[in-house]
Amino acid sequence: MRSDRRLKDSNREKRIYAFRTILAVLFVLGLTFALVLRLYHLQLMNYEHFQTLSDKNRMQLQPIAPNRGLIYDRNGVLLADNKPIFSVAIVPEYSKDIDASIASIQTIIDISPEHIKRFKKRLQRSRRPYQSVILKSKLNEQEIARIEVRRHELKGIEVQAELARFYPLSDATAHSIGYVGRINEKELGKVDAQNYSATNYIGKLGVERFYEAELHGQVGFQTVETNASNRILRVLERISPIPGRDISLHIDSNLQNIAVELLGKRRGAVVAIEPSTGGILALVSTPSYDPNLFVTGIDYKSYSALRDSLDLPLFNRALKGQYPPGSTIKPIVGLGGLDSAATTRTFSMWDDGKYQLKNDERIYRDWKRQGHGRMNLFSAITQSCDIYFYDLAFKMGVDNMAKYLGSFGFGRNTVLDISEARDGLLPTREWKRALKGRAWYPGDSLNMGIGQGFMLSTPLQLAAATAMMANRGRWVQPALLKSITGEAEGVRHRKVVMQDVKLKNNEDWDFIIGAMSEVMHGKRGTARGSGSRASYRMAGKTGTAQVVGIKQGEKYDAEALSERNRDHALFIGFAPVSDPQIAVAVIVENGGGGSTSAAPVARAMFDEWILKLNNEGADK
Amino acid sequence: MNQDFLRQMPGAETHLKQSQSLAYRLHLDPILLGLLLVLCAVGLAILYSASGQSMVHVEKQLVRFGLAFFVMFVFAQLDPIVYKRWSPWLFGLGLLALLGVLFFGVGAKGAQRWLQLPGGLPRVQPSEFMKLVVPMMVAWYLSSRYLPPSLKAVFVVLFLIFVPVLLIVKQPDLGTSILIAASGIFVLMFAGISWRLVVGFGVLVASFAPIMWMFVMREYQKQRVLTFLDPESDPLGSGWNIIQSKTAIGSGGLWGKGWLEGTQSQLDFLPESHTDFIIAVCAEEFGFVGVLALLFLYLLIVFRGLFIALKAQDSYGRILAGSLTLTFFVYIFVNIGMVSGILPVVGVPLPLVSYGGTSAVTLMAAFGVLMSIHTHRKMLSR
Repeated sequence: MRSDRRLKDSNREKRIYAFRTILAVLFVLGLTFALVLRLYHLQLMNYEHFQTLSDKNRMQLQPIAPNRGLIYDRNGVLLADNKPIFSVAIVPEYSKDIDASIASIQTIIDISPEHIKRFKKRLQRSRRPYQSVILKSKLNEQEIARIEVRRHELKGIEVQAELARFYPLSDATAHSIGYVGRINEKELGKVDAQNYSATNYIGKLGVERFYEAELHGQVGFQTVETNASNRILRVLERISPIPGRDISLHIDSNLQNIAVELLGKRRGAVVAIEPSTGGILALVSTPSYDPNLFVTGIDYKSYSALRDSLDLPLFNRALKGQYPPGSTIKPIVGLGGLDSAATTRTFSMWDDGKYQLKNDERIYRDWKRQGHGRMNLFSAITQSCDIYFYDLAFKMGVDNMAKYLGSFGFGRNTVLDISEARDGLLPTREWKRALKGRAWYPGDSLNMGIGQGFMLSTPLQLAAATAMMANRGRWVQPALLKSITGEAEGVRHRKVVMQDVKLKNNEDWDFIIGAMSEVMHGKRGTARGSGSRASYRMAGKTGTAQVVGIKQGEKYDAEALSERNRDHALFIGFAPVSDPQIAVAVIVENGGGGSTSAAPVARAMFDEWILKLNNEGADK
Repeated sequence: MNQDFLRQMPGAETHLKQSQSLAYRLHLDPILLGLLLVLCAVGLAILYSASGQSMVHVEKQLVRFGLAFFVMFVFAQLDPIVYKRWSPWLFGLGLLALLGVLFFGVGAKGAQRWLQLPGGLPRVQPSEFMKLVVPMMVAWYLSSRYLPPSLKAVFVVLFLIFVPVLLIVKQPDLGTSILIAASGIFVLMFAGISWRLVVGFGVLVASFAPIMWMFVMREYQKQRVLTFLDPESDPLGSGWNIIQSKTAIGSGGLWGKGWLEGTQSQLDFLPESHTDFIIAVCAEEFGFVGVLALLFLYLLIVFRGLFIALKAQDSYGRILAGSLTLTFFVYIFVNIGMVSGILPVVGVPLPLVSYGGTSAVTLMAAFGVLMSIHTHRKMLSR
């Protein structure tokens, strides 16, 4: 150490040190300058960029879902309501271990593997950061309370409230108004994504789907200040959503309920239309299902039970069930026969139960094996004589029949607001050649004349055609919609897709309707049982649609056939004859004859509707 | 001898004048003390905002500052000759402690930095202790040798630096090891290491960088570097901190959003806002002007430190004081550099502003050493 000190040159050290200090100052100043430059770059040159970023951090534009418009029946009975439902949801960003979070909820409330499966599926979908993922919907009050009590220990788990559709009449209206369900990505692609940015539900079926645009409303927005954990601190700005518009339907829930009750456990459909307005008063298909199950998402087990049921509860028979109309089209064929001069009111023929075409060995039988005896058009309708209509169909030919049936709306969907309805089938020569590659045979016409063979129609079409008959040819577009809030009620919504039926002789209407009235009230009317003891007169026509073909020479024996192979029972009718207020089509699958199964349903609906109208009139 | 005497006289005159003041008798430098007090006050104001207006944090920090100033006062009382004499022993003790950390250390978050003292004594962080001891040791070694240092001396010094730095890198604590390495190297610089050697070592270190990357650096450290190079690559993960801090700084603009009005910090978008990233709070709330003012305050302290070093009477005090002062500046540069995104994120707090007691105590101890060097003047240089 001592020797070192002797070697040291204190002056040189100090000189070097002073120089190095100057360098150190320059070093410090240089680096400080670099920092200042950086700050200048961030704070002054890019101020606006970072200002925007910082605002984006704290300010969020949140969409607010509009309340969906309500659906009422014609009397103001609520058919579709919005009710708050509570769901337990997980915010994945807050939950360190999602499986642990699920497990901790499981200790509090019942969570099925199905819930977890569907939760995982939802978790995979794209979502906004901090957007919660629903684990279980429709919590009951006890479950909500249990979760709330232990909320502090459940990190990232929240109970959410939202408004969801509720259908108070449940399965009675499922087939008439449809339902909403959770919106999926495909549906989001079809709608205005911004308007649906806060919406969880969309109309999937029926009125809910058709009037989606009106019912949905306009999304609102609010700008909120949130902290980094996405907790809202205050609302900075708000544009309120515009709720969806309420809709009133022509549906009468009483009529609807009566039809449901009378059909009971049978498979069938009823459609009732108010002829003057085209308003659909009842639209029933049984069996039905609870549409509320579909709102928040039906579980797989319940869904497959519905889907696999032999009774097809999900199948809307009123709109999609395509049945041979059977004898219910005889009044229209008869009307066409008169108008096209293929027959006259007085022409009569002998019915011995059999009909044969020249050069054709096939025997066409009447449903009454021994025949009806001498028949004219009036009695042929009243007693539903097949032989007379075989003859008339032969005389009219397929072209004429198709023309008149088509003018009553068969073979197409003429309804304003039921897009799901099927077209049925109105056969023509061209149709047969195109589809079957064969010419139209006279025998085809014979079958068509009694509503069998190729022709198919839906209960909705039958009701619409009956309403047109009641209106004596005046066409009013059938519609479910009665009014929308903010719009005047009336025909503004209607579209002209059909022409009125104009006859050469208007008295033919009275003649045919008279025959239909005789069906209900006449001594030999096929539905006289359903027409008796009424304070008003009604018109109707029964029908039977074959489910299995009865071979030549065989006899239809209801007892021998298994229940599901029995004929479908049909009935159409309207009342009162003088001033028609209601037209009805009823089908009871495998119900046997129209007079016994279908007509009583119609009669009960007539009574309900007309007597109520009379009461209302009396009140006034 | 005679010349030496004359050259020391100006220093001796000041010494004679200063000896009359109370501060001098208490071995305090009033200018440095005043600047540090102002810095602490400013730091507490920023901390109050950065901690989400938590008086609890401020009070705790106040207690730590009290302790730190006490430590500074004690350190100022000791004669520099004591430090010099004790340097090798303290260094040895420090190395032992670091080895202790390596084998018996306790810690959190995957880092093992503390040593639990037996008998109910508190935990200590030997790496903090080494921040002071490494420059002392290097200064001790060099000051007794011919300066500028010979190549052999430089190698010895580099070894002296390398051993503790390696032990601290192992903990791992990149921030502290950088600071300690810097403090040792600054001693070398002030001792007058030849520029050729500086360039030579620079090249050597640069060529070692890939080896460091592959064998020494931990995964999370590499991640930090990668994030630094491209923070947008993982905006919600490791890039989040730096994006949010840049946003906080940038959105402060010229004048800032106002005290307690910074949205990034008050709404918790800025992570670590009251510890390592506190400068972003300052920049957001007080703007460019505010940060400039804080930087100016820091520079005043740095220049006072360099002045004290320049005025030191012997080479030990000189190079030690210079090194401690520059290390203080490195804290500032690395911290602001990393928060503003021009340096990778290494855990270096902003001196006397960031929440935390350990660094405050160490820093104030260093300032105590500086004051000791400044106020223990001899009539004659030895």
